Amino acid sequence: MSGVSVQARVEQVYRQDSRRILATLIRLLGDFDLAEEALHEAFFVAVERWQRDGVPDNPRTWLVSTGRFKAIDVLRRRARFAASRPLLIAQAEALEHSDWSDDDVEDDRLRLIFTCCHPALAADAQVPLTLREVCDLTTEEIARAFLCAPATIAQRIVRAKAKIRDAKIPYQVPTFAELPERLDSVLRVIYLVFNEGYSASMGAELTREELTREAIRLGRLLMELLPEPEVLGLLALMLLHESRRKARTSSSGELILLDEQDRSLWDATMIAEGCALIERALGLDGFGPYCLQAAISAVHAEASTAAQTDWAQIVGLYDVLLAGVPSPVIELNRAVAISRRDGPLAGLTLIEAILARGDLQDYHLAHSARAEFCRQLGRVTDARAAYERALALTRQAPERRFIEGRIKGLE
Amino acid sequence: MKYLCLVYSNEKQLHSLPESPRDEECMAYAESIQGSGRMLAAEALESVQTATTVRMRNGKMSITDGPFAETKEQLAGFYLIDAKDLNEALQVAGHIPAARVGCVEVRPVRQLNLER
Repeated sequence: MSGVSVQARVEQVYRQDSRRILATLIRLLGDFDLAEEALHEAFFVAVERWQRDGVPDNPRTWLVSTGRFKAIDVLRRRARFAASRPLLIAQAEALEHSDWSDDDVEDDRLRLIFTCCHPALAADAQVPLTLREVCDLTTEEIARAFLCAPATIAQRIVRAKAKIRDAKIPYQVPTFAELPERLDSVLRVIYLVFNEGYSASMGAELTREELTREAIRLGRLLMELLPEPEVLGLLALMLLHESRRKARTSSSGELILLDEQDRSLWDATMIAEGCALIERALGLDGFGPYCLQAAISAVHAEASTAAQTDWAQIVGLYDVLLAGVPSPVIELNRAVAISRRDGPLAGLTLIEAILARGDLQDYHLAHSARAEFCRQLGRVTDARAAYERALALTRQAPERRFIEGRIKGLE
Repeated sequence: MKYLCLVYSNEKQLHSLPESPRDEECMAYAESIQGSGRMLAAEALESVQTATTVRMRNGKMSITDGPFAETKEQLAGFYLIDAKDLNEALQVAGHIPAARVGCVEVRPVRQLNLER
């Protein structure tokens, strides 16, 4: 094989399999940093060795095995200088005699996800750690996506890895008894990644597509490995939201509300996949909030115009959702659905009750919904005050322009 | 690996809420951990009002009344356990009866790095 095509093959294997190989190396070595070092050394050696001897039949197995030997070398090298020498030698020897088989590879990826989303890690570290280790985004890419300094992201990742090592957070898929709580944490991380991409919380752009793409990819991977109803539900929810991407913003980057979107721009393939998933999930035991939210999204997706939306069904789904997870944000969404079924006054009454008891005071969408109902009822002064409150709470440029447009429209 | 499970709770409420554990239940749980072979030590503590804090500064010992920090919840007891990893330690800690009214901080025990 020529040098160019070997190089291309190595790159292809890296793109396709580097996270699987890393996950297995982390299990074998019990150390994130050592595993990363071993991974890179293995790929480095592959370029030269595959050129000379040809590409092995199973490149992945070859790379894990080479990475493992490289790690043994590293431990031996460290042992020459370190005070904790006997420990390192023992570690290197244990590794030399350990067995591993290729059958565990898929489990290794699942282990890696559960470890990166372990609730014992700081909440603000779980997302960057998952994006770094499972999705192979660089620290700089993660920092850009979350509008943080790369040093901040790097520090969170370093601290999380230190806690994994020092508190001995195990590298394993949780037992059945632990699963509900641990799975929640994984789903939450994936949904946070998605939301940050779908509705960027600050900055000039409305969405950051690479984050939603990674979140959907994680959702698919998790479903492949662990087809629990809520896993299906989350994937369906993400697909149904993502299907509206093209319709959500105008060519000049302005926000377009669900009602005013050109539904022919919705991605029919994603909608079909999302609806099929949600149908499957609702037939299983143990569906929860992600499934219900996806079901609500599916009702929207099935209406060919905004006017044809089955609001009564949506209100019913919000009722079930609210009974399971009481939350003021869900109450707000239910109030909006009720206003569509029963008129703006019904919605306004509900929102004012939420605000009166002190909830959602600083949530811009509560104030813009209130403004919208006031506008529809002809209460211009109240509508303006509520829009202005919403504007003061919004940091994202297109959303600010949207609210400013609404205020102008009142005059 | 050894983990220290520190049981914190508002000591005024520890024994007075409907879900508060009785001493018999605490004892039974400690015995079950003992039975599983993971127990190294466990004790309940007297009220924080009995606490005294000592510091050594410039060779002089200073003694102050009370805990090292005044907090809403106080250290009420501890378990020193031997667990395979953090997940196992969290399972033991989460089922300590007082975790229903307070909380349990789980800390890995550090091996002292002694050079010969």
